[in-house]
Amino acid sequence: MLTLECPCCGVRGEETEFHGGGEAHLKRFGPGSSDAEFETYLFTRENPKGVNFERWRHANGCGKWFHAARCTMTLEVFATYSAQTYEPPADVIAAIKAKRPEWEMPA
Amino acid sequence: MKRYSLFAIAREAARYHQGWEKAWASPEPKKKYDVVIVGAGGHGLATAFYLGKNFGITNVAIVEKGWLGGGNTGRNTTIIRSNYLQDPSAAIYEKARSLYETMSQDLNYNVMFSPRGVMMLAQTEAEIRGYKRTAQANAYQGVATEFIGPERVKELCPIIRIDGPRYPVLGALWQERGGTARHDAVAWGYARACSDMGMDIIQQCEVTGVTREGGKVTGVETTKGHIGCNKLASVVAGNSGHMANMAGFQLPMESVALQALVSEPIKPCMDVVVMANTVHGYMSQSDKGEMVIGGGTDAFNNYTQRGSFHHIEETVRALIETFPMVSRLKMLRQWGGIVDVTGDRSPIISKTPVGNMFINGGWGTGGFKSIPGSGWAMAELVAKGEPGPLAAEFGLDRFTQGRFIDESVAAGVAH
Repeated sequence: MLTLECPCCGVRGEETEFHGGGEAHLKRFGPGSSDAEFETYLFTRENPKGVNFERWRHANGCGKWFHAARCTMTLEVFATYSAQTYEPPADVIAAIKAKRPEWEMPA
Repeated sequence: MKRYSLFAIAREAARYHQGWEKAWASPEPKKKYDVVIVGAGGHGLATAFYLGKNFGITNVAIVEKGWLGGGNTGRNTTIIRSNYLQDPSAAIYEKARSLYETMSQDLNYNVMFSPRGVMMLAQTEAEIRGYKRTAQANAYQGVATEFIGPERVKELCPIIRIDGPRYPVLGALWQERGGTARHDAVAWGYARACSDMGMDIIQQCEVTGVTREGGKVTGVETTKGHIGCNKLASVVAGNSGHMANMAGFQLPMESVALQALVSEPIKPCMDVVVMANTVHGYMSQSDKGEMVIGGGTDAFNNYTQRGSFHHIEETVRALIETFPMVSRLKMLRQWGGIVDVTGDRSPIISKTPVGNMFINGGWGTGGFKSIPGSGWAMAELVAKGEPGPLAAEFGLDRFTQGRFIDESVAAGVAH
């Protein structure tokens, strides 16, 4: 069972309280972009075996969206952080590096 | 390879069963092969088998990080059907279903194919319309299905409650020639036939890297050293994204855990496969008497091969209304497999950005039923370097072109 802590209201709950929203920090492409860019935005996913950045919504709680850094092999949650950011903040990356020293932020 | 037959059983019975040989060899890897297939599950072994049988390519290695058939081939609910809405899906799944019919003879291995019939319940007005449309499409595609009324449903499967309070059974899409097969036997049968053709099945050998030169694949790094190859086929289901990352590209898919469970064994009570997509539960009875129940997928990326517990509760809760007898059953085992789900819920059988590397994946929650058809199409792609008619529509380029094979609408969750 996956447990997450909502950074918006501070409540810790199990996954049934939350709704997964897929990969985080996608770069959006719209009108004027190339076909390949649009495909990447819509369909291509990192899908890593290991550290994954993803969006969640505290559906049965405060209702707000947030981000989480989680390991897809162990379900270990390294950190949850605000949705109002384009990339993982430094303290989140430090929290991941503390537990996965060999991990590198993907380009 | 000695043939399995009634005579062989009699012969071995007369000499205390001392003469049975190993079904497949376990050799050390050679330096180089014509084709290396990553993943010795049903799809990988079927690809190898049809490479040898249809194209005469037998200098083939199938490498597997765990044990043969220990991934999703050993973790599914063994349902075989081909009642799909879209033409490309119906074509490849129907090819697979028809190959299942003669598989035991083709492989000289009893895969226990049991064409007991598959029904997909319509429990809302929208589902009635959807399934009538599918039945019509199937008629054009040459797939034998029909839409049947609730009385016929009750007749075919007496343990169904057709007048439930929330979701009464309003009819069903019935494919009489669908059914189940013994999942392990499918992997073992293919493995035995491949080994007999001189192919090397290398278990406990994890791929750790893909070596390339000038944009073309030259081999794979593994835990048993480097294995060179002219062509590389990735047939690794849930780990397709991981393989692609090793080869330096990304795929339009995500890996999630799909669960299944079985009850304690009971007397025969159900001789068809029933799928109820609205409430999301599907069930059949195994030859041992266990009720085999398909569960849901987790809503987040996952490589743990477990799945979340609350899905079991949801699945069983959904089944109890349609099958009241389930409420008195004890559940015996639960397991999870990692499935790779694509943007349009249809598989990918395609060339890749890396030269001479091919991918077969994205079967999502519908992999087992497609094993022989998938292997047939993939073997053609690997042998010729270009997709044949079965695989042509399943290329990676369909996501750029917007040419989707949209089965998420047609098949709902229980793909």
